[in-house]
Amino acid sequence: MHPISKPDYMPIEELRKLQLQKLQKLVPYEYERVALFRRRCDETGVKPRDLVTLADLAKFPFMKKTDLRDEYPLGLTAAPMKEIVRFHCSSGTTGKPICIPNTKGDVEVWADATARCLAMYGLTDEDVLQVSYGYGLFTGGLGLHYGGEKLGCAVLPTSAGNTEKQLMLMRDLGTTAIACTPSYFLHVIEVAKKLGIDFRRDTKLRHGIFGAEPWTDEMRAKIEAESGVVAHDIYGLTEISGPGVAGDCGCGGLHVWEDHYYPEIVDPETLRPLPDGERGELVFTTLDRFGTPMVRYRTRDLTRLRPGTCPRCGRTMRVMDRVSARSDDMLIIHGVNVFPSQIETALLRIPEIAPHYQIVLTPTETLDLFEIKVELTPEAFSDNIRALEALRKRVLAAVKQIIGLTPKIILVEPNSLPRSEGKIKRVIDNRKK
Amino acid sequence: MNINQISIFLENRPKHLSEICRTLSRANVSIVTLSLADTADFGIVRMIVSDHEKARQALAAAGHVVNVREVLAVTVPDRPGGMAEIMELLDSAGVNIEYSYAFAFHHGEKAVLVFRFDDNAKAAKVLEAAGVITLNERQIEESAK
Repeated sequence: MHPISKPDYMPIEELRKLQLQKLQKLVPYEYERVALFRRRCDETGVKPRDLVTLADLAKFPFMKKTDLRDEYPLGLTAAPMKEIVRFHCSSGTTGKPICIPNTKGDVEVWADATARCLAMYGLTDEDVLQVSYGYGLFTGGLGLHYGGEKLGCAVLPTSAGNTEKQLMLMRDLGTTAIACTPSYFLHVIEVAKKLGIDFRRDTKLRHGIFGAEPWTDEMRAKIEAESGVVAHDIYGLTEISGPGVAGDCGCGGLHVWEDHYYPEIVDPETLRPLPDGERGELVFTTLDRFGTPMVRYRTRDLTRLRPGTCPRCGRTMRVMDRVSARSDDMLIIHGVNVFPSQIETALLRIPEIAPHYQIVLTPTETLDLFEIKVELTPEAFSDNIRALEALRKRVLAAVKQIIGLTPKIILVEPNSLPRSEGKIKRVIDNRKK
Repeated sequence: MNINQISIFLENRPKHLSEICRTLSRANVSIVTLSLADTADFGIVRMIVSDHEKARQALAAAGHVVNVREVLAVTVPDRPGGMAEIMELLDSAGVNIEYSYAFAFHHGEKAVLVFRFDDNAKAAKVLEAAGVITLNERQIEESAK
């Protein structure tokens, strides 16, 4: 075991005690310094001293993404600028961004969390880690960068894009692990194919560390089959720190670093806490974060915490199910609840198409127009109209089988759906005002 | 003799065909003939060009989906019954047409029909045995000059 992984196995009692101690420090700190939190506590009639046991946390008010937007830029900042060493921002596609100032300690805790994920995946200081997440305001690049350095990996900070050069560096420098969005890695696979590069034969790549967008088990299977890497899931969000909040040990779920980030699951309707094992919305309280502390931040991610210690690796830190759906990703189409991940699952059953898609919803005078744009792969193209029509019908049948609706399937050219930071905007909903 | 035809996937969106033609012009490839096949939602453009390999590379590099298939370019005698004779030859050999389109060759001196058959090799054999003239790659290249 790598020494950095020692806290992963902390005895439960000790862990709960530590969490309570940290909360009893953090909650008064935020109450004292963040006006919005103080006002909400006062309105609810709860004081920091009411936090006597971990269960008492449920008495405190929630924080939401809209609060971060409303309080932009520095309304939720608890530390003086003298202590802030770095900003991260998440661009809002609608209106204002959110801004997260970090202290030196915040950055170190985050690096620790990410390094523990990497160690759990089996990386050591012998590994060459290519960070192909975007660097900048986005937390992906710098998050993995600092985590990789903390573990002692040789970090190759390529950022996203310029894929041919990435592949050259990957071979020349012997990259063993790549961190990026799963959709960017699919693009890397496509470009490698075009250049005649076989990952198994021509590279030393063994690990893929993927996150920053929801991806399905089917996508994981496809990535592993095509590239030969072991695909590891990394979870995180800018509001809490960035990637590294949780990672998978191979058990099919993700261990949450509970000594830094305290998780709860609540019913998304009633907001009441749910016991381990039940599915609901994931809520985090940061235990070691002082630039922008968060008490009970609603992630909008739907998952559950598995009860008990992980049978696979013995880590005591609780496992959450992989997040394949975000509560605010849910679309209501023709009166039916649809998650984009369901569309992805359907599309991955059709080998001739790339799992790159975009859902477009457009209002009409009657039923909303529901279209799915799907990228064709060059290999699947024959010059026969009937063959393409048949392919389109198979895509439709696969989607229909899962969601029960009949969208219009539009075949488009490979790499034609717009990507930014390696992510495709999965949904264009023109119905919204 | 079979010749090479390139086929390009056509999205149902404005300017797609003009982008394809511009890409070919930049690669200095001339189009001898083309045919469009379409459904309500997408189409396929099929072309006989002066240099199919150069065309394929240029189009693929520009992000288009391209493939190359063999077709037969058959010259049709310019008299009543000319076409019927060719069709009957193919019928008796049991060859089916997947698609076909026509163009004028050498400034309208000859009518040429492009065919894709379910069995191109067999069709070529039948036609050549009956003395029907099919165009070869060299003739196509020269016509584009």
